[in-house]
Amino acid sequence: MEAFRTMDAVAVPLPRPNIDTDQIIPARFLSRPREVDHTEFLFHDARRLPDGEQNPDFALNREAWRNARIVVAGKNFACGSSRESAVWALFDAGFRVAIAPSFGDIFRNNGMKNGLLPVMLPADVVENILAQIEADPGARIQVDLPAQTVTAPDGSVHAFEVDPFAKHCLLEGLDEIGLTQSYEEEIAAFERRFGRENVR
Amino acid sequence: MSETMFEKIWQKHRVLEREDGQTLLYVDTHLLHDGGATAFDFLRNRGLKPRAPERIFATPDHYVSTSSRKVEEIEDERHREMVEKLDRNTREYGIKQFGLGTEGQGIVHVMGPEQGLSQPGILLVCGDSHTSTHGAVGALAFGIGSTEVAHVLATQTLWQRKPKTMRIRVDGRLSDQVTGKDVILAIIAKIGAAGGTGHVLEYTGSAIRGLSMEGRLTLCNMSIEGGGRAGMVAPDDTTFQYIAGRPYAPKGAAWDAALERWRALPSADDAVFDAEVSLDGSAISPMVTWGNSPEDALPIDGRIPDPSSAADAERREQMARMLVYMGLEAGTPLSEVAVDRVFIGSCTNSRIEDMRAAAAVAKGRKVAGSVRAWVVPGSEGVKRQAEAEGLHEVFRAAGFEWREPGCSMCLGTNGDIAQPGERVASTSNRNFMGRQGPGARTHLLSPAMAAAAAITGRFTDVRRLLAGEA
Ligand code: SF4
Repeated sequence: MEAFRTMDAVAVPLPRPNIDTDQIIPARFLSRPREVDHTEFLFHDARRLPDGEQNPDFALNREAWRNARIVVAGKNFACGSSRESAVWALFDAGFRVAIAPSFGDIFRNNGMKNGLLPVMLPADVVENILAQIEADPGARIQVDLPAQTVTAPDGSVHAFEVDPFAKHCLLEGLDEIGLTQSYEEEIAAFERRFGRENVR
Repeated sequence: MSETMFEKIWQKHRVLEREDGQTLLYVDTHLLHDGGATAFDFLRNRGLKPRAPERIFATPDHYVSTSSRKVEEIEDERHREMVEKLDRNTREYGIKQFGLGTEGQGIVHVMGPEQGLSQPGILLVCGDSHTSTHGAVGALAFGIGSTEVAHVLATQTLWQRKPKTMRIRVDGRLSDQVTGKDVILAIIAKIGAAGGTGHVLEYTGSAIRGLSMEGRLTLCNMSIEGGGRAGMVAPDDTTFQYIAGRPYAPKGAAWDAALERWRALPSADDAVFDAEVSLDGSAISPMVTWGNSPEDALPIDGRIPDPSSAADAERREQMARMLVYMGLEAGTPLSEVAVDRVFIGSCTNSRIEDMRAAAAVAKGRKVAGSVRAWVVPGSEGVKRQAEAEGLHEVFRAAGFEWREPGCSMCLGTNGDIAQPGERVASTSNRNFMGRQGPGARTHLLSPAMAAAAAITGRFTDVRRLLAGEA
C-alpha cells in the first residue's frame, strides 16, 4: 500500500448526502481486475449527461477541480455496496483524502487499507469547508496525518480522529497481512483452544 | 452477566486485543462469490494460500446468466471469466463450491442459511455488504472489502475495532401482508440511511419474534441500508426449527450440544445498548420507496412528498433532484404511479416464502399488458422447491417470466438491467441512481406488493387487490 503522511492539494466539493458506491463506480465496471486503471470509471454515469457527453457542471469535470486530490462530501459518503473498486477509482484518479461528516463503514475500512484517508469532521465544519471551496474553485486544503489536522482554505485548523492502528499502517504503507502474521503464535494458540468448533 | 448477544459472540472470537483497541477476531465461516477474484490474485502475488479452506464456502451468483445454467452460454466474456475464476480458485485450494446447476448454488446470502452454514453464535464474513443477512440466525455477520477478504483467506482472522450496539424494538402485531421487508423499510425511514453507522443492530420485540426465518433474513439483509455494520435477531425455536436437518447443520449429539450453546446466546434482560430505537409494529403498512435511498420509503397510501416540506435546504435540494431522476411529481398518490417492470428476486426477497407470497397474488390473475415481470428464485434449492409446489406454473400462467437463480436485476452485473427511464417495482434492497442500469428508476417493496404492481400495472395495496377492491 502507498504510504500517506501529509497532503496540500486542491479539494473538490461534492456537497450531497448519501453518495453511494454505486454512483462512485457503477456495477458494470466491477469485473475489472485491480491492474486496470480505474480512473475513467469514477462517477462514470454521474459525470455524464443522458446523451453520454461529459456534464460540464459536474464538479470533477470543471477545470478548476481537475487536479483535485481531496474530495469533500456530504454525510454518509460512499455508503452501500462493499465494492473496494470505489476506493480504487478515487485512488487512480489521484485522490488520497476524503472528508465528510460520516462514511459508509466498509468504505472507511477499505480506504484505510488502500492509501485513501477518510477524515470525519463535524457536519458544520464540513459545511463550512464546502462553502469555502465552492466559493473559490481550486482552493487548497492541507491534511496532516501525523498531527491529525485539516487546514481549511481560510486557515482554520480542525483536528480529526483516526484509529491508531490504521494510522500506523497508513503512515508506514504497511499491509495488514504481514502484521497479522507476526501474531502467528496467538492465532495458532486460539485455534488449538477453539478446536474444530463450528467447522462443518 | 448483562452482556448483549453481540458481546458474547465478539468475546468468543477474540484472538487478541492490542492496546490501541484493535481486536483480532477469528472467523468461523467465510463465504465467497464470483465477484471476489481480486482477493485470490492478491494472495497469489504474495505466495500465500488459504489458511483454513474447510471454513470457506463459495457459489457463483453475481455474474451468472438467469436464462441458462451453462457457463459456456454466458455471453459476455468478462462475466464468464468471473464465474470460471471462482471455479478454478476453489478447485485449486480445495474450497467447497456450490457450482452452477447444482442443488446448493444460489445467491450467497440465500445459500448460507439454506445449507445450514449460517448458525447461531458464529462469526461469518463475506466480501459483500449484505452479509448482514446471516445475523438473522443469531450470528455476527458482516460484509468486508476485498483486501479484507484476502486477509481472511490468508489468516482466517480479521482486525476490527469494537462497534457500538443499537437495539431496535418492534412490538405489536403486524397487519396482514406486512412483511419483514415492510418492517425494515419502516425502520430505515425512521433512523435514516446513516442511522445505524458504526453500530451492530439487534432487532427485538414481539413483532420480530413473530417473523418467520425468511422474514428475519429479509430484515437483517437490509441492516446495511440503515448504515448498520451488522444486524441480528436472537435465536429461538423458529431459528432452531429452520436449521434442523439442513445439510451442514449439526446432527445427533452435536445438535444437542449446539442447542445448549445457542440457547445461551440471547442478550441478557439487563444488557445495555449504546442506542435504543422503538417502533409500533401494528402501525406499519406495506411500504414502497419513492427516492434514491432506502430511507425514502412511504406507506402505500402515501403521496410523493413535496420538497418544499423538507426540513432544510440540503434535503430540499436532494428531494428535488431525486424527483427529477425518478420522473415523479410531488403530491401524486403512490397508487397512481405506473410501473414498466417488476423484479421479484435478490438476496432480500427470493426465498421460498417470498415465492409463495408472490404466487398467491399472481394466482388466477394476469400481468398488465404494459409490464414485463420477472421472478428470479434465490437458489437452485428455492427453484426446485417452488417448482415442486407448482409455483412456476402459477407465475407463467399469469405472464411472469420464471428464470434461473442469481443476483440478476438487483444490480445487473450479469447484464440483466432495465432501460433508461424504465420504472421498476423491485423486491431488492437498493434504489440508488443507476443501480438497475443507467437511468433506471427503482422502487423497493415486498414480493406480494411487487406481484400486485405487476397485475395492476401500478403500485397497489396488495390487501385491496386481494379483497377485490383494486
Ligand atoms: S442479490 Fe443484489 S444485493 Fe444481494 S448479493 Fe446479489 S447483487 Fe448483492
